[in-house]
Amino acid sequence: MKAPSRSIAASPTARFALIASALTFIGIFLLLPLVTVFVEALSGGVSKYMAAIVEPDALAALRLTLLIAVISVPLNMVFGVTASWAISKFDFWGKSLLITMIDLPFSVSPVISGLIYVLLFGAQGLLGPYLAEHDIQIVFAVPGIVLATIFVTFPFVARELIPLMQEQGTESEEAARSLGASGWQMFTRVTLPNIKWGLLYGVLLCNARAMGEFGAVSVVSGHIRGLTTTMPLHVEILYNEYNFVAAFAVASLLAFLALITLLLQSVLEWRDAAMTTAAGASL
Amino acid sequence: MGFTLLYLSVIVLLPLAGLVIKASDATWPQFVAAAVAPRALAAYRLSFGSALFAAAVNLVAGVLVAWVLVRYRFPFKRVIDGLVDLPFALPTAVAGIALATLYGPKGWIGQVLGVLGIKVAFTATGVTLALIFVGLPFVVRTVQPVLQDLDPELEDAAASLGATPIQTFTRVIAPAIMPAALTGFALAFARAVGEYGSVIFIAGNIPMKSEIAPLLIVIKLEQYDYTGAAVVGVVMLSASFLILLGINLLQRWARIRQGEKS
Amino acid sequence: MTIELRNVAKRFGSFAAVNGVSLHVERGELVALLGPSGSGKTTLLRIIAGLEYADAGEVLFDGEDAGDRDVARRRVGFVFQHYALFRHMTVFENVAFGLRVMGRAKRPADDVIREKVTALLRLVQLEPMAGRYPSQLSGGQRQRIALARALAIEPRMLLLDEPFGALDAKVRKELRRWLRGLHDEMGFTSLFVTHDQEEALELADRVVVMNQGRIEQVGTPQEVYDRPATPFVYEFLGNVNRIACTIIDGQVDLWGHQFSVETAERGRREGYAYLRPHDIEILTTSGASSRAHVKHISATGPVARVELAIEGVATPIEAELSRQQLDALGLRLGQPVLVQPRNVRIFPVDAAA
Repeated sequence: MKAPSRSIAASPTARFALIASALTFIGIFLLLPLVTVFVEALSGGVSKYMAAIVEPDALAALRLTLLIAVISVPLNMVFGVTASWAISKFDFWGKSLLITMIDLPFSVSPVISGLIYVLLFGAQGLLGPYLAEHDIQIVFAVPGIVLATIFVTFPFVARELIPLMQEQGTESEEAARSLGASGWQMFTRVTLPNIKWGLLYGVLLCNARAMGEFGAVSVVSGHIRGLTTTMPLHVEILYNEYNFVAAFAVASLLAFLALITLLLQSVLEWRDAAMTTAAGASL
Repeated sequence: MGFTLLYLSVIVLLPLAGLVIKASDATWPQFVAAAVAPRALAAYRLSFGSALFAAAVNLVAGVLVAWVLVRYRFPFKRVIDGLVDLPFALPTAVAGIALATLYGPKGWIGQVLGVLGIKVAFTATGVTLALIFVGLPFVVRTVQPVLQDLDPELEDAAASLGATPIQTFTRVIAPAIMPAALTGFALAFARAVGEYGSVIFIAGNIPMKSEIAPLLIVIKLEQYDYTGAAVVGVVMLSASFLILLGINLLQRWARIRQGEKS
Repeated sequence: MTIELRNVAKRFGSFAAVNGVSLHVERGELVALLGPSGSGKTTLLRIIAGLEYADAGEVLFDGEDAGDRDVARRRVGFVFQHYALFRHMTVFENVAFGLRVMGRAKRPADDVIREKVTALLRLVQLEPMAGRYPSQLSGGQRQRIALARALAIEPRMLLLDEPFGALDAKVRKELRRWLRGLHDEMGFTSLFVTHDQEEALELADRVVVMNQGRIEQVGTPQEVYDRPATPFVYEFLGNVNRIACTIIDGQVDLWGHQFSVETAERGRREGYAYLRPHDIEILTTSGASSRAHVKHISATGPVARVELAIEGVATPIEAELSRQQLDALGLRLGQPVLVQPRNVRIFPVDAAA
């Protein structure tokens, strides 16, 4: 019922100027780069676009990217749930340190995330001689890429769930236990339904980053074409070979993935907002 | 509980320890020499300087975008609101080649700027532009909820007491969103300092001129100078820790301010 | 100063919040805008303050059009429903805000500001709280700070939006009396919005009853209570019995008592009779023509309520009488009685809709 305030920048001119400058900024910094990807990808026509995508190295990169997501996302999901469970339901020594550790990959350069694995498992690395002896290849191979991806993506699920689980408290779980539920029953029937949307949100972000990670993966991959190049790395190789159309064609697939992620993210947020309003209205 | 700690140790602690151990392969003078070599210093200066500048731009633009999204209604608002997260969702390599093309001599914006005599690609300006892109969502997303909760009555009250719109903003609104805005600023800064993928394509990577610190690490690795890479890595990591500490303090301050409200 | 509204109207989309309101407020008057939520009273107050602009009509202060002056230049003291105190400022700085944002030419020196704010804090009896933050105050204290802050700009009128809405009953009563005293002492024109009829009737010189964006009635508390102009005012102010009746040639028969309706209309028409519980007299003397009996008696306070079932009337009606009267009558449950209405207003059915 309350009208928007007229006091601040409410004159139509000021309002228009503010909206226009915000939209201009977003247009130049967000929209134009996005549009560029698709325009460049299709600049050689649809046939060239398709050719770049079905080319064997591109398909190998796609397969590797999917494989990495399939390994790292579920692992981080399990970790995210257990870590937020521990943090929100129990008190223990070093809890705030644990929270800081979980946040760490967000504030560390992706290059450093890759570097630490090279230093540990690389030929000159600390464990390098041991690994060479047993003929185990981690760096410049798939395991290294998986490890680096797990590192950069592991905060997403936990960060989404910790505030959610802290807010919900332990009452309903205690109620479930008092009604005779086993630990597992309590988890699947009470805890999980309560956090499923937050979990989905976190998994969504985790997956987007896992498929799109570049810096960390670039350091550990060794760029062996058709073997250790993920899609973002394949984009880099094509671009550096001045094969722009192909680079943007593969990039457009990743951009498309980003758009789908954003769309699902928005849908989840609207759903959340609608629930909050509904809850508010019924109060 | 045990699983959490084990996972964290294997994925984070062990490799981080490896980094420090590797860096300590160098003697102290060697460490210092590698850490403050002219090329390294230039890289830090570029990484931290352009990150700081980009975060400052994002502070202003982010508050503006958050304000417009919270207070006004306009067509496609939801689409724009969703689009703000694009830099989080778009793989950095994709952003990198898109920005490099857009601002390159033949790109849509690069052409226009070229006519004006401004060169973006392969310069520090290009680095900064890419960092503005990656840091954009942080300030918007930290300020947005605080603005949402800010009672419009406060603005009415300031106006009824005779404040001009500018006074209302500087004296009433700015102090209220300050902690959130600074947190967003620090997050954007932290992200920008370490950013790699979206920068390297537009930067051109000319040593001493447009070579960022993360790239220097990659180059040292490619030259099999593991110790040198580890040294620069330790310097960057220490900076990240300091920023992280700062962010935590800021958030604590914000929580105290928030707590005062109820 | 005087406030004059001429045909003020304001729409939000398709909703007419204020629908052609004219009102004159005298200098030094304390006026209540009373109505249910959504009646347009807060919107009207915001239009007077300049926080909202009317789509049509005029607002005049001392006979001068204020329409083109924005809120910052109207010099109105506005007290917000939730106080709208600045949380990041101390109590002192909150009160000083209006002085600090004045243009350089008019802004008082720091020591003048200090003196003035201290005097205002003394006035609202919160001088020791100067260094505290709003979050450290109780609701009633915040309310008084909001008032002191509004007074600091030496307003020409004071506008209060639900000034006691967020306070508990005891603090509310105290503050009400204190505000009345302050108003009389300072002598400015004050308007306040409330949905609480008791508050409006007790505090105001005049009450403006609003409904659906229109003024239903303006008058002293006594006038609007004793002689409601419309069925809405009857139902909104105090308890009332509403009894369906038939109007024939301007005459109504209510349980054998004749009442006339001020209408030129001839013929038969349905209507409602409005009858306050305390305007009903209960007689036990003659049992012969009794058409009512006592259904329920509640006598806990100084006022006793008697529920009466009347023959041929579906809902029981309520009567109020003093405990002494009740004792004197010696009423029992089920006892047949005679009901004598003293003061009845009858409205034809379309007006009561």
